[in-house]
Amino acid sequence: MPSKHDRYKSKYTVDRQVPGAFEGETITRRRFMTGTAHTAGAVAAASFTLPALGLALAPVFEREPHRWEIAGPVDMFPDDNYIPVVVTLAAGIGQVGKTTVYVRKHNAALDTDAYDRNPRTHPFIALSDRCAHAGCPVRWVPAAERFACPCHGGVYDILGRRVGGPPPRPLDRFFTRVSKQGLVEIGPRYSVNSELKPFSPRGPGEPLDGLGQYLYPAQFDERK
Amino acid sequence: MPLHPVAEAGVTVVDWIDERTSLSGAGRWMMFRKVPKGTNWFYTLGSATMFAFLSQAVTGVFLAMYYRPDATGGAYESVRHLTNEVFLGAFVRGMHLWGASVMVVLVFLHMGRTFLWGAYKYPRELNWIIGVVLLILTMVMALTGYLLPFDQRAYWATVVASNITGTGPIVGPYLADFLRGGSEFGATTLSRFYAIHMLVVPGLIAALMGAHLYLVAKLGTTAPPWKKVHKDVKLDTIEA
Repeated sequence: MPSKHDRYKSKYTVDRQVPGAFEGETITRRRFMTGTAHTAGAVAAASFTLPALGLALAPVFEREPHRWEIAGPVDMFPDDNYIPVVVTLAAGIGQVGKTTVYVRKHNAALDTDAYDRNPRTHPFIALSDRCAHAGCPVRWVPAAERFACPCHGGVYDILGRRVGGPPPRPLDRFFTRVSKQGLVEIGPRYSVNSELKPFSPRGPGEPLDGLGQYLYPAQFDERK
Repeated sequence: MPLHPVAEAGVTVVDWIDERTSLSGAGRWMMFRKVPKGTNWFYTLGSATMFAFLSQAVTGVFLAMYYRPDATGGAYESVRHLTNEVFLGAFVRGMHLWGASVMVVLVFLHMGRTFLWGAYKYPRELNWIIGVVLLILTMVMALTGYLLPFDQRAYWATVVASNITGTGPIVGPYLADFLRGGSEFGATTLSRFYAIHMLVVPGLIAALMGAHLYLVAKLGTTAPPWKKVHKDVKLDTIEA
């Protein structure tokens, strides 16, 4: 014998002989009440879960405003040696928001790559001290003309290109400009691949050559 | 012989509660279980882990009374004050610090025991999965707690750890941004880690530990693998 469900397939409750059914009714009142209660619960839960999630996730989509930080007078920086300068990346949090930038004047003999050989767009070369491997602070060793990382032995040459250790790409750079008062200013960070081709800023450990540039997407609202 | 009035009062209170909750049945179900032959000291690693967690929870609550998640220097200063000037501060902080390592070690020993005994097999797979989640949550606790003293070691370890998170393909950069609360170590990174460390993960661990224990009680424990299957002579006689 077929079950009740098989016999009454009509969408009308009257056809299904539901007690209390009336003409044109397609859903039982019990089912309607259950659905309403569930929906109300879901709306109530979502109304506090979604804003809380948004609060936690918002920083992924936000970017720090571009800052221009004064590094020092133009004469301060030679073209064959780096001078360490401390600049603020995030304001209002004291020492934690600061970073060291290694700055030198543009050098036509050194900066011969297609991307940085123009001294008008790159009047100064500013390298980030953030190691491209895990983000430890690298140190400029003038005698060896190398940047050395204390954590895992990453070594970079005078252009910030990797010459040893685990880093997957050269040191990050900062845009530079000279103000009307003759002061060198440090601008936003950008990352470079092994040919010093500029990319939007990437985190340490993210390669920018070959497949790497597609595996590690640019951050939101940044152009490549 | 009549009971001492104090004992009488105690029995009355317990009976009053039990009559309204029937908790004694659940207690007996949990505590008086049959355990297989060959059960030994290795079977205590799970409860040892649980007590390590309880110790972390209790000491953590009291450390939170002195700690200030302030990245401009208040965090370091509050930990220094707690360690150097508060009565028993260094002791309780030391318990929390070393207890963290103890808990991680115990979790791995407990997992190794379960693996070598084959105790993850049917019908206990779900309990293994819950255990893996608990292992990950324990590591999250270790990672987020490491930042809180906010000294040089804590800062750079967290910088490196969040950058390692960023090296995961495709989603890594976004995950690292979520963890740090921005593309760089910023104003809210410390409070974010603090909230994860003391609010989000402990609740999850406690809940999953409850589920873990429930399944242990429900499914029972396994005998050590070197115990041969015991042939019951009397049962054989009955069947024959």
